[in-house]
Amino acid sequence: MPGRRAILYDLVKPKKGGAGLKRRTFLAGPAAAAAAACGRKPAPAYGYRFLTADEVETLGAWVDTLIPPDEDPGAREAGVVHYIDIQLTRWFRKHREDYRKALASINRWAAARARQRFAALPPQAREEMLALMERGEAGRDFFPDGGKAAFEMVLAHAMQGFYGNPRHGGNRGYASWKMIGVPPLPVRGRQHYTAQETYPEKS
Amino acid sequence: MPLPEVDAVVIGAGAAGPIVAKELAVAGWRVVLLEKGRWYTAADCRKDDLRNQRNATLGYPFGPEEEGNPRVFVDLNGRERIVKPSEPGYNNNAFCVGGGTLSYGAMAWRYHPNDFRMRSTYAAKIPRAFENSTLEDWPISYEDLEPYYEKAEWEIGVSGDVSGDPFKGPRRRPLPMPPLPPTREHEILEKGARRLGLHPFSIPMLRNSVPWNGRPACMRCRWCVGFACEVDAKNGTQNTVLPLALATGNLELRTECSAKEILVDGRGRATGVAYFDRDGRLWEQPARYIVASCGAIESARLLLNSRSRLFPQGLGNRFDWVGRNLQGHTYTGANGLFEEIVYDDLGPGASIAICDYVHGNPGLAGGAMLANEFIRLPYQFVSGIRDPDVPRWGRAHKEFVRQAYRRIIPVQGPTQEIPVFESRVTVDPRVRDKFGIPVARISGYRHPHTIEVSEYMAERAAEWLRASGAVKVWLRRAGRGVSGGQHQAGTCRMGKDPKTSVVDPWCRIHDMDNVYVVDASVHVTNGAYNPVLTIMAIAYRAGEHLAREGRRA
Repeated sequence: MPGRRAILYDLVKPKKGGAGLKRRTFLAGPAAAAAAACGRKPAPAYGYRFLTADEVETLGAWVDTLIPPDEDPGAREAGVVHYIDIQLTRWFRKHREDYRKALASINRWAAARARQRFAALPPQAREEMLALMERGEAGRDFFPDGGKAAFEMVLAHAMQGFYGNPRHGGNRGYASWKMIGVPPLPVRGRQHYTAQETYPEKS
Repeated sequence: MPLPEVDAVVIGAGAAGPIVAKELAVAGWRVVLLEKGRWYTAADCRKDDLRNQRNATLGYPFGPEEEGNPRVFVDLNGRERIVKPSEPGYNNNAFCVGGGTLSYGAMAWRYHPNDFRMRSTYAAKIPRAFENSTLEDWPISYEDLEPYYEKAEWEIGVSGDVSGDPFKGPRRRPLPMPPLPPTREHEILEKGARRLGLHPFSIPMLRNSVPWNGRPACMRCRWCVGFACEVDAKNGTQNTVLPLALATGNLELRTECSAKEILVDGRGRATGVAYFDRDGRLWEQPARYIVASCGAIESARLLLNSRSRLFPQGLGNRFDWVGRNLQGHTYTGANGLFEEIVYDDLGPGASIAICDYVHGNPGLAGGAMLANEFIRLPYQFVSGIRDPDVPRWGRAHKEFVRQAYRRIIPVQGPTQEIPVFESRVTVDPRVRDKFGIPVARISGYRHPHTIEVSEYMAERAAEWLRASGAVKVWLRRAGRGVSGGQHQAGTCRMGKDPKTSVVDPWCRIHDMDNVYVVDASVHVTNGAYNPVLTIMAIAYRAGEHLAREGRRA
């Protein structure tokens, strides 16, 4: 039985760095360029309903800092940005302005701190910034409440998108359910089957 | 616009209304059943982790609709805010045919005999539970309700095995269906409980463990509590008594109809119900008897909104008791982390319980049944369970979820609440729903002794988990705000004295001949268990009484 392993969540297996970063650069480059060329009215990025290309890039880096890629996909790869984007045209309509402001503010703050866009910062620098926001200690010039409200909003939505039902655009390919080892939705009327049949046992 | 008179109008097709309607219809009464929501079936089952009756991240599937149905919530600091159904403070239960029973977890508990006599049991021993509280005995006993508990168990359908519970009240018949086979959590916790000398057994559930009543057995998926059952193996009023009642030809069910008020004539007798249909048209349904079964918050709201010259404070409210004593349950417990995988993906999840701490806890009034929790869907887990030593996000949190999701058992229980007069439902003077009817306004707090008992219960849950082999245990504690929600109760108290209660022991409003309240509103106290089987038993008892004693046309 593979069950009895030393646990308590120690992080013994850091991912070989490259893959995630490359994906980000690939996505962010053309998108950012297109947005810059696009004029002033915020047009949704290609394939998105509400978020602009800049916002997609920034939010992708934000949620990937909250749920980073490792041996399993991170939030961005699992479609969390899509989840939020779709909901901003539906259930999260009331948060539209909150997102516009928060994504612009974090970039201005990143520029003031490191002369970089938030998405271009190394993971550790992004973690530092989000940790400050969590404690309400972000620069007041950028977030009047120290960043707490924006942080909590994105954290809740990221968790929903990553761990929730894939029907809403997140949890792409059942990424998080595979990660924790639960089977996808059963076929109607079918008797119970075990997790091991569907995904190999994780150990 | 008046319609032809019927023998009775029942308002609300939740846990109680269809039972009363069925008892009357079978006895030959012509009955109209009004329901604010729609009739959903197994085909409406969406296994949506973010949109169900236990997780309204993206709204409630079984009502009420997010727009047009606000309430007002007053917090502990006296700040009030208008809340929509999916927002904290709304204290929602479902608005649909079957009410909460369409999507509940379906635990089928009888209350303990002492749950009906809290004053007699504790007045001498625990005086602090009676300070600033309205803790009282019921006017009826467990023995009065026993035949009706049995009727609910056999007519609605309960599986389980309570023979291992030495603390239960006397019963004449066993449950009609055996329990589902035990889960891995059940086996782990059973050993731990025996080690502590406790008495574990299989939870009684309103769920088919074998094909029964023309419907199949539970297929043991993990989308159970909060969802309509995909194979219709969960027994609610919508798939049991309601079809029986409709088959008599004496019942008319009108869905998407919202009661505005109970109409009263100049001599103090109710004449019917005014209600809005789905297109917003106002109708009057005359009836000889009116039964309000809308749940503790909405029944109180309906009585308070039924004002007339003779009843300027609303029906049954001569002594200001309607809406008082709002209570639910104070859930506390503990989460235990295990080295081995404890998760086996067998629904519904909740399987094993102990009733050793329901009464007789040293220095405390009441207690709770303790049980393992229903299956935690991944987002539910992430939003509700976290080792306090693990950060809320980042690599460490992801690693925690990856390892701990299948290694944590939560144990919890519904602490019996000490009722408080100031915890209450009123109608808001300004805010109205989409029909222009004043909405419910919820305010109050939990009694300090409720918190004390709930802390003790959390410790007992932790003890049980440690004895079962958990390598790390942390407590889940309760807040101090008023509780209601799915277990809402108490707002139209049953009693013998019209000055300190709203309805008599047969659920009839004291100073009215022909208006009844039949739902958890009448509970004097709310037991140390999930309340639905008690609501059903009271409905059978009141329905049978009305069918026998009432005079139809």
